[in-house]
Amino acid sequence: MLYINCPHCGMRSQNEFSYGGDASVKRPELNKEVSDQEWDNFVYNRKSLRGKHLELWQHISGCRQWIKVERDTATHEIFRTFKADEEVA
Amino acid sequence: MQKYSIFNLVKNAFSNHENWDLAWKDPAPKEEYDVVIIGGGGHGLATAYYLAREHNITNVAIIEKGWIGGGNVGRNTTIIRSNYMHDENGLFSEFGMDLWRKMSQDLNYNVMFSPRGIINLAHSDAQMNAYARRGNSMRLNGIDAVLLNREQVKEIIPMADFSENVRFPIFGGLMQPSAGTARHDAVAWGYARQADSMGVDIIQNCEVIGFDVSAGKIKGIRTSRGNIKAKKVGICVAGSTNILAEKLNMTLPIETHLLQACVSEPVKPILDNVVTFGAGHFYVSQSDKGEMVMGGDLDGYNSYAQRGNLPTLQHVLTEGIAMMPFLSKLKMLRTWGGIMDMSMDGSPIIDKTHIDGLYLNCGWCYGGFKATPASGWTFAHTIAQDRVHELNAGYSLNRFSTGHLIDEKGLGTKTWIS
Repeated sequence: MLYINCPHCGMRSQNEFSYGGDASVKRPELNKEVSDQEWDNFVYNRKSLRGKHLELWQHISGCRQWIKVERDTATHEIFRTFKADEEVA
Repeated sequence: MQKYSIFNLVKNAFSNHENWDLAWKDPAPKEEYDVVIIGGGGHGLATAYYLAREHNITNVAIIEKGWIGGGNVGRNTTIIRSNYMHDENGLFSEFGMDLWRKMSQDLNYNVMFSPRGIINLAHSDAQMNAYARRGNSMRLNGIDAVLLNREQVKEIIPMADFSENVRFPIFGGLMQPSAGTARHDAVAWGYARQADSMGVDIIQNCEVIGFDVSAGKIKGIRTSRGNIKAKKVGICVAGSTNILAEKLNMTLPIETHLLQACVSEPVKPILDNVVTFGAGHFYVSQSDKGEMVMGGDLDGYNSYAQRGNLPTLQHVLTEGIAMMPFLSKLKMLRTWGGIMDMSMDGSPIIDKTHIDGLYLNCGWCYGGFKATPASGWTFAHTIAQDRVHELNAGYSLNRFSTGHLIDEKGLGTKTWIS
């Protein structure tokens, strides 16, 4: 069982959360020309890192906010959590 | 190579079975190979076997980080089927079914292929319609499919919950009678033994740490046991695909996720077929030892852990108990997990890459084991001929850019869509 520290609600069990994938993926800007490759990278291609991975989770059975979680994909250790709009250094 | 036969069994009995040959050797890597296959799982071993048998290419090495058969080929739930709607998947898998039927003879190794039939249960009229459509598509591709009504399903699996007032009543099901199971370890060992006998080097405990690429062409690989030159390199490493892709500066439409399976304590024979729950993701069959072999959903978040988490197991088994209430009386014997190369449309990739002489085999999602022979056969063809075979032409790497996705269920890595 993972325990995720929701920045809004505090420490909760993983059962309250839903996974949203790689948080480092950025949607191409709308007001500029987007190449097929850029669109491909946004929609399909993922690094799927082994080790530290910044990812989106939604606290679906809690505050329903999207949050960012920095987790190790090999050990499941969770290092830090952020609000969705927080910049991660 | 010693043939495995009743006569040799009797003969070796006189020397207390102490004089059998080793099934495969343990060679040190040579300096150069015509083809290097990275990954000594089912698909890698099968690829080497078909390279030797179909294309007469025997200067081949299989490079395995751990030990052969230690990954997903030894961790799956052994189900073999070709009940797909789309032509690409149906024709590819049905080609594999033919190879499965001949496999024990071809490999001189009993893989215990047991065509016991698979039943996908339906729980609504809409699902029955969808199954009728899939069944018709299968039959058009020469795959056997039988649409069963509720009474027919009840005759085959009376132990399932047929009460009227349940959340997901059984309306019927789609059966592929020729589907079944096989002994998964034997598949790895059978391919390894034959490949070895034809001159393939199986090199274990050898980790790939880099690639030598110059002028857009593969020259070799760097490993923990030294550099190996190679004219061609094939990657089939399932859940580790992204780790190797990173070394090649490639990003792929693949995420690595964890899939769990479990077995109950062994009980007397009760279940003759493979049965899947249609209102979620759960499947069960009974092994020859009597254990109920069960599996279902991914853990749901990127994972390289090779071990699972309990919430998903609980969720999956809740579905199992809804389908077959007697399962709740059984004790769990073992649970385990493997890491899956989940592609974004749920279908695999067997293709060339932008690097000359480098070939990619990945994206097997939930269905890698049953694809073992067809995957090895088509990957060997793709490597040997430097072009894809018509059976794997649809499994291209660039289909995500061109929009030719094969969305059999439209799931991919997004389990919550179901």
